[in-house]
Amino acid sequence: MKANKAKRGTRSVPQRNVGFTVNGEYHQLNVGREVGEIAPSDTLAWTLRETLGLTGTKISCDSGACGCCTVIMDGNAVLSCKVLTIECQGKTITTIEGLKDPKTGALDPLQRAFIDHTAFQCGYCTPGMIMTAKALLNENPHPTEGEVKEALSGNFCRCISHYQVIEAVMAATDEGK
Amino acid sequence: MGDNYRYIGKPTPRSDAAGIVTGAVLYFDDLKFQNLLHGKVLRSPHAHALVKRIDKSKAEALPGVKAVLTWEDIPDWKGGTPRTLRVLDKKVRYMGDAVALVAATSETIAEEALDLIDVEYEVLPAVFDLDSALKPDAPLVYDEFPGNIIPGGTIIYGPNCLKGVVRGDVDKGFAEADVITEGTFGYENIPNALPAESVGAVALWEEPNRVTVWGTSQAPYMDKVTLFHVFNRQVEIRTIGNHVGGSFGTKIMCWQVQAYAVLLSRATGRPVKVMFTKEEHMAAFTLRVGSRIHARVGMKKDGTLTAIQGTWYVDTGYYSFTTQAQVAVGSGELMIMAQCPNWDLKNIVVATNRNASGSTRGFGGQELKCSFIPLLCLAMQKAGLDPFDVLKKNYVKPGGGYYWRDGQWYQYRGIDYSTAMDKGAEKFGWKKKWKGWLTPTAVNGSKRIGIGVGVHGNADVGEDAAEAYVQLGYNGTATIFLCVAEHGTGQKSNYAKMAAEVLQIPLERISMTPADSLVTPFEFGPVGSRGTYAIGSAVINAAEDGKRKLFEFAAPKLGVHPEDLETADGIVFVKGHPEKTLKWRALGNDRTILGYGRFEPDFTLCNCMMSFVEVEVDTETGKVTLLRVVLATDVGQIIDPLGLEGQLNGCIGSAGIDSAIFEETILNPASGHILNANMIDYKWRTFSELPTIEHVVLETPIPTHRFHAVGVGEVATSPGPSAVLMAVSNAVGTWLYEYPVTPQRVLRALGKVGNAKRGDTK
Repeated sequence: MKANKAKRGTRSVPQRNVGFTVNGEYHQLNVGREVGEIAPSDTLAWTLRETLGLTGTKISCDSGACGCCTVIMDGNAVLSCKVLTIECQGKTITTIEGLKDPKTGALDPLQRAFIDHTAFQCGYCTPGMIMTAKALLNENPHPTEGEVKEALSGNFCRCISHYQVIEAVMAATDEGK
Repeated sequence: MGDNYRYIGKPTPRSDAAGIVTGAVLYFDDLKFQNLLHGKVLRSPHAHALVKRIDKSKAEALPGVKAVLTWEDIPDWKGGTPRTLRVLDKKVRYMGDAVALVAATSETIAEEALDLIDVEYEVLPAVFDLDSALKPDAPLVYDEFPGNIIPGGTIIYGPNCLKGVVRGDVDKGFAEADVITEGTFGYENIPNALPAESVGAVALWEEPNRVTVWGTSQAPYMDKVTLFHVFNRQVEIRTIGNHVGGSFGTKIMCWQVQAYAVLLSRATGRPVKVMFTKEEHMAAFTLRVGSRIHARVGMKKDGTLTAIQGTWYVDTGYYSFTTQAQVAVGSGELMIMAQCPNWDLKNIVVATNRNASGSTRGFGGQELKCSFIPLLCLAMQKAGLDPFDVLKKNYVKPGGGYYWRDGQWYQYRGIDYSTAMDKGAEKFGWKKKWKGWLTPTAVNGSKRIGIGVGVHGNADVGEDAAEAYVQLGYNGTATIFLCVAEHGTGQKSNYAKMAAEVLQIPLERISMTPADSLVTPFEFGPVGSRGTYAIGSAVINAAEDGKRKLFEFAAPKLGVHPEDLETADGIVFVKGHPEKTLKWRALGNDRTILGYGRFEPDFTLCNCMMSFVEVEVDTETGKVTLLRVVLATDVGQIIDPLGLEGQLNGCIGSAGIDSAIFEETILNPASGHILNANMIDYKWRTFSELPTIEHVVLETPIPTHRFHAVGVGEVATSPGPSAVLMAVSNAVGTWLYEYPVTPQRVLRALGKVGNAKRGDTK
C-alpha cells in the first residue's frame, strides 16, 4: 500500500537509488515509477511484498496500529507500514523469510516453538508476532512473561492465540538457556 | 472411552504450521497474477441519497484507467435476502455505499481516478437506528420494504423457514408463573469481528459467460452458489479459496467485493483485484446485527420457565444477506437454552442507513441472548434464584426439543450437558462466590468484584450438506478433495487426522486439494460449529468409501471377502491372519480409487458452552477489568487439543466477550458516519490485559459421529457478553443494561456522572 496518495506530476524525479540488505541479500533499487523501482511514497511493507516478492510480511491495518507488518531493522522491531523505503539507505532488514538458518534451512527455535504450541490460528498475525518476539529475544534472551507481554502489546491477534504465543516465546527462551 | 486412536485426540502439528511460521503460506493478497488491474470503489459521502448525475469523463481520461463503471453501466445484478440490492444502484443507502468502480493499472491511479469522478447527489433524510426507522413516516431505505421492515425467511432454509417461535399457550403460561418480568433490552453496539486480513477478490472473466474468482472467503463453494444467483443464473462461476486471515463468520459475506471484481474484469477483459482497505473493512463490511427485544417472561419459584412472549427487533443496516437466517438460528438457539412450553416470540428485521450487519460468529443466537438474558436476570432476581441453577435447569436435555431453522420441531437426542456445567461451576468456585443478586463477591476499597454466568448452544453442529472425495494412491497415500479454505480453526488438519485414522496411514501421507469449486464436490463451508460433525463426517464417509473399494479390489486376490479385511500403513491384511497381506501398491500406478462421502443435515444434536466470568470494577474510574473466564463444554471427543485450546481462548476476541467491555462501532447519530473505523479508535485487547482463561472440556462420546465428536469453536464467544453484564451489575450493586459497560456507563450507574450521552444507544 502507499503511504500517501502521490501527486502525479510531469516534473522528472532526479535519478537516485536506495541500497539496503534484506535477509542477507543486498538490494539497490532506483527511485522512480517503473516496475521494480521505488516510488517516494512506497512503504517498506509495500516494497518487501510487491517489489521484492517477500509476501511473508503481512499488511493488516496499514497504519501502524496492529503490528502485522513487523520486521527487524538494524536489530529493532519496526512497523514496516510506517517506514518509507526511500529512508532505508544502508539498513539491514530481516523478515520472516529470513529467520531460517540460511545454510541448513533449519527453523529458528522461535519458529519451532510456535509450531509445537500451535501458537496461531488463522496465522495472519504470526509473522509479525514472531519478528517482534525475535527482536525481544535478541535484546533480552531471558525475558520474564511480563516482558514478553509488554513487547507484544502492539501486536493484534483476533483469534486470541496470545496465550499460546506467550507459551511458545517462553519455551524458545528456555531453549536458549 | 475404549477408543485407542492413533491421531484423534493427540496433539499433532497443524499441517500448515511450517508455512505459517515461515511466511510461506499464501493468503489471498499474496497471490500474483499476470496482467493484473487494480480496482477501487468510489463510496458515498451521504448516508441516504439519490445519484442524480455522474460525470466519469475525467476519470476515464486519466492514463492507466481501464474502466469506470456506474449503476448505468452494469447488468441488473442483485444480491441480498430477498434479492433486492443492486451491485451498484442509483440510490445510496449508507455512508460508504458503492457509487462507482474503477479499474486501473495501479492502485494509486485507481485512487486518483476516484477523485476525478463527479457525482451529483440529492440527499435524502436517513434513519440510523430502530426507533427512527420504525416511525410511521420514516424515510424508506427501500421502496420495496414498507415501514423499513425486510420480509422474514430465507429461501435456503426452505419454505417454512423459522420466522418466530409460537408454541403452547402463553396466557396459560403467564397464569402459572410465580414471577413475571417485562422490559426492553438490547445489544446494539454493532461490534466488528474484525479479522486481521481484510476482504478482497480477483476475478478473471472469459467471454461470453465464464468467470474465475479468487477470494478471502472460507466457503468458496457457497460463493459460487451465491454469485450464480446474483448474476441472474447466467454466468458459469469457478471459485478458489486460499488461506484466510480470520473470518469469525463474516467472510461468507464477500459477494459484493467479488461482484465488483467480476464487473471490472468483464469490462476490461483482464484480471482485476479489489482489496478493501482496513477502513473499508471496518466501515463497509460486516458488523454484528443490532438486537433489541421487548419481551415478557414468566417463571415459577423453582426456576421453571412458563412463558416467553415478545418481539425481537433486528437492525440489519442497509441490507440483509444472512440476517433472516440468523433470526431463524438465533430463535432456535434461544429455545435450546430456555426450554419453555409456551412461546410467542415474534421478530422484525429492520433496514437502517448504516453499514450492513450480517453473519458473525454467534449468528443471531449471541445477539438474541445478550438481549434476553438481562430480562431473565430480573425474573431470577425476583424469584431469588441463583442464575447458574436456572440456566442449567432450562438447558435442553434428552427428551427435550426445539424448533430449528427449517420450521420443524426436533427432539433432542444428544447428551445432558449438566455435568459439564457442574464441573465448570466447581472449577470457577461459583457456589462459594455467589452472594446473591446485585451483591459483589468482594469489596477491596474502591474496587468491587462481581461474577456472572451465561450459556449458549447451537444445533448447527450438523447443519447443511457436506461432500468430499478421498482418493487412495497406490503408494499408500490419500488425497482429500474438499472445498474448505483454512480460516484459522485448524479444521483442514483435523480432516487429515480423521482420514488418516480411518485409513490407518501416517498423517504426512495425506494431502488435500486447494478449495477449488472446479475440482472438489459441494461443501457449504466451515461456518457455525459444523466443521467437526458435518464436514468431518463427509470426509470420514469418503475415506470409508475409498477403503471399501480398496477391500473389494483386494479381496479376490487374497481369496477372502472384503469384510474380512483391514488395512494399516498401506498394507491390506486379513483379520486374524496378519501374514496374509496385499500392499496398496498392488493397485498399480494406472488405477484410481475414489471414495465419495456425503453428510446429510441433522438438527437433532447441539453443542453447549457455559461461560463463567469474574470482573473487577473500579468505582472511582468506572473501569471494568476482566479477571477470569472459565469455559465449560463437552465435545464428545477432542480431535486436536491445542487447536481446541486456541478456539476456546477465542471467546474474548472477534466481537465476543469484549463486546460487553469496550468493543463498539460508534456512529455519528447526525450523519451516520462511523467514527472509529480504524484500529486505534476501535478498541481491542492487547497482551498486557489478558484475563485468566480456564477450560473444562468433557468427552462424553456422541454416538453418531465416527469419532464421537461435535464442534464447539463458534460458540466460545456467545455466552460471555451477557455474563459480563451480570457480573458488572452484581459488582456495582445496580443493573447495567447497555453494552459495552464503558467507564461512563459504570459511573452513571453509580450516580457519579450525569446523563450526558455520547453516541449511546437509546
